[in-house]
Amino acid sequence: MSIWEYANPVRFLALSAKVQPFAWAAAAIGILVGLLWGFFGTPDDFRQGSTVKIIYLHVPAAWIAINAWIMMLLASLVWLVRRHHVSALAAKAAAPVGLVMTVIGLLTGAIWGQPMWGTWWAWDPRLTSFLILFLFYLGYIALWEAVEDPDTAADLTSVLCLVGSVFALLSRYAVLFWSQGLHQGASLSLDKEENISNVFWLPLIISIAGFTLLFLALVLYRTGTEISLRRARAISARLEPRG
Amino acid sequence: MIALLIRDLRLALRAGGGFGLGLAFFLIITLLVPFSVGPQSQLLSTIAPGVLWMGALLACLLSLDRLLALDFEDGTLDVLATAPLPLEAALAVKGLAHWITTGLPLVIAAPFLAVLLNMPPQGFAWLVISLALGTPALSMIGTFGAALTVGIKRGGLLLSLLVLPLYVPTLIFGAEAARRGAAGMAVETPLFVLAGMSLACIALLPFAAAAALRMTLR
Amino acid sequence: MRLTLADVAVARGGVPVLSGVSFALNPGEAMILRGPNGAGKTTLLRTVAGLQPALSGSIDGATDAVAYAGHADGLKAMLSVAENLSFWARVYGRSDIAGGLDAYALGPLRDRLAGTLSAGQKRRAGLARLLVTGRPIWILDEPTVSLDSHAVTLFAAAVRAHLAQGGMALLATHIDLGLDARVCDISSWASLPDDLLGASDEAFL
Repeated sequence: MSIWEYANPVRFLALSAKVQPFAWAAAAIGILVGLLWGFFGTPDDFRQGSTVKIIYLHVPAAWIAINAWIMMLLASLVWLVRRHHVSALAAKAAAPVGLVMTVIGLLTGAIWGQPMWGTWWAWDPRLTSFLILFLFYLGYIALWEAVEDPDTAADLTSVLCLVGSVFALLSRYAVLFWSQGLHQGASLSLDKEENISNVFWLPLIISIAGFTLLFLALVLYRTGTEISLRRARAISARLEPRG
Repeated sequence: MIALLIRDLRLALRAGGGFGLGLAFFLIITLLVPFSVGPQSQLLSTIAPGVLWMGALLACLLSLDRLLALDFEDGTLDVLATAPLPLEAALAVKGLAHWITTGLPLVIAAPFLAVLLNMPPQGFAWLVISLALGTPALSMIGTFGAALTVGIKRGGLLLSLLVLPLYVPTLIFGAEAARRGAAGMAVETPLFVLAGMSLACIALLPFAAAAALRMTLR
Repeated sequence: MRLTLADVAVARGGVPVLSGVSFALNPGEAMILRGPNGAGKTTLLRTVAGLQPALSGSIDGATDAVAYAGHADGLKAMLSVAENLSFWARVYGRSDIAGGLDAYALGPLRDRLAGTLSAGQKRRAGLARLLVTGRPIWILDEPTVSLDSHAVTLFAAAVRAHLAQGGMALLATHIDLGLDARVCDISSWASLPDDLLGASDEAFL
């Protein structure tokens, strides 16, 4: 039993139909438990007060924002190398989810930053990197929408995803370099992991797991929709009279 | 390859808009900045390196959608794809032609505009060097973007949307080098990284651009 | 040197249009493709020219041997006829454009900018490009569009001379050029609606 068997749309849909109910349910439980426990079951941070609790939205969203792009990169590679349509469509399906998660990450970050640093936005390396990631998502989605032929669109967006990943990584290092150059010895550290004690850790992990499952369920669902669209297109292409 | 380069340069000269348009755009953008931020020479001299880099970047962007679109419409790309010249080489040459017609004039014009923005004279050399090292990367990245969008009707706006995020690292290192130069600081690190990125772009992006173009022509 | 197609299938927009295409062209031979609009003539010609991959089957002898002339002429409006032709000659590693100018009576027009030519004159310059490439296999998609009867005669003569020198030609045209060429109706190769093998979207059906 090879994993490539699920590259067949029909088998993929069958598996997806089996997995999806569990993924939705587990995602709902994970997010509910993570958020409720995080919001009501943890003590206020001695420095940050109750504002710290936005972490249970902020960190999972940021986590998905990055990993959605990595998943798209892998799916694009699979499409370019093995030409499995499901892979290309899964990449297409994941992009808007990643975009929304990036926006959630940026917005919750701003809401958190306002009381903590007294500003909605700072050109901190990490914030700037997410802003650039947001631009990459926009470009990727726009290219999918603009190309008419679906296979050409899959080809071109895959190439963009590959090249874009390299440039996104370069941007990350460039931004680190640039921001250091601006304010010597950054006074604002966004590194949450360092500040986190064990009380906050478990609900955060649960929330991250819930978001990951939500991402899985959404991508499965959206990929299914894309497959149906392609199927409708393939059928109607053959019904058209020739000549 | 030389034939293609000569042809592109000749076309840029004759059709206008090659040497002239990008340069005029650069000039206007730079001259409009004092109107928007105010005439204080202290402020202008601080932001001059960044403004000049931004202007050069936008001027490069302006001419990108003509880079391949005209050749696509008149069937030249079809013939080039079946010609003995590898498509990778053809695209590298077209990127080079774009740099000669757009990037090089910007490099030469930059110090004159820097005077208007009160940039400290000690930074002029570093501004020119950073632009000379960085604009080839801008042209090559632009060629890749043009290859991605050439088959799309009204792809000009999309081209900007795709190319601008790819310009981020070049802009950061290029402007940083110019800024440090103007402030009298050490410029080696950003300049070396900038040069490395340009070389990598010239070496690798023609392959990505050719792959994208073949997918479009198919 | 011989062009051979064996059991080739081609697709347009992911949908197979022709399958089982098999023929061979020997030096000095020409073949004219006929068929209604949308039958797949352009798709087949572009596939043989190497601009798009075949779904299945093999095409031998075409690599680095074809000169392709599609619907567009590949001329630059701001270059003169001679500059346009010289450019293409140099891309193909040659320099002589006199043959191309003579064959299509372009001598008087050689220094005119291509943008100022009429549609028929542009077409003649576009066809002259095939001559200056020195490639043995010409692939022509509706070459006589916007040509007047005199220019069609010139074109037919050019093809005949090319064949006499051992060249080959594959044409899609509805005009009788008076060539000694096989005529082939590609409708006989049309893919059946349920003929899905290798189609890019077959997985979805």
